[in-house]
Amino acid sequence: MSLRSPLGQVLGRGAAKEGVHHWWVQRLTAVALVPLAIWFVVSLLSLPTLSYPVVSAWMGQAWTAVLLILFVLSAAWHSQLGVRVVVEDYVHGRGMRTVALALVTYLHVLAAAAGVFAVIKVALGGAA
Amino acid sequence: MAERPTSPHLSVYRMHRYTLLTSVLNRATGLVLALGLIVLVYWLMAVAGGPLSYAHASALLGRGIFKILWLALLAVFSYHLCAGLRHLVWDSGRGLERAQSRASAYLVLIGSAVLFAALAAWLLAGRHA
Repeated sequence: MSLRSPLGQVLGRGAAKEGVHHWWVQRLTAVALVPLAIWFVVSLLSLPTLSYPVVSAWMGQAWTAVLLILFVLSAAWHSQLGVRVVVEDYVHGRGMRTVALALVTYLHVLAAAAGVFAVIKVALGGAA
Repeated sequence: MAERPTSPHLSVYRMHRYTLLTSVLNRATGLVLALGLIVLVYWLMAVAGGPLSYAHASALLGRGIFKILWLALLAVFSYHLCAGLRHLVWDSGRGLERAQSRASAYLVLIGSAVLFAALAAWLLAGRHA
């Protein structure tokens, strides 16, 4: 049983009915993405070529793989939160909005899963 | 219950051009970066698929139209990064005065243009493009 009053439980939860959670996670992922995204762009631009041997050797390095996984996960999460708000703002009608939000969620989970799988496969597979 | 106005009720605000521009640009660049995430995952999956699948993806992503896309993604990334940093400063409760906000809007526009110019020069100088 919660000791919070019924009024206290609903105050501050806002239009999305989940309080500041969305806002907070968006900031958490944003702060993580500042160094991760800069690292990713600088790393890619630093590679001598984007040929298969160079790229797969780069992805196979331990820290590269870890940072790439973190980058894909935080980018997917941050992107999901951002696109969700756009859908909530511009897609009207309950049915359409629910379908659109579900699609946004599924696509981002798919992107995160595929990205993480790809990095792990290259890192552990010894680059085919 | 009557239909009430919802969030993007743009016409009711009295917006100076810079507030409108920086806000809309942040959202638009974020959406483009969401598409960039799809390209990133496609590229990572191509590497995971081995040399043949990577050669196939490279041929596709190396086409002329995609070369413009890489530059556009760098521009969009530069802006979203700078505008995002401005938002994080705001979240700390600083820089919210009108004069400060106007100054930071110009700082974001100039900073992201400089960052983009540097990244684009790097991209075009290398053998990537």
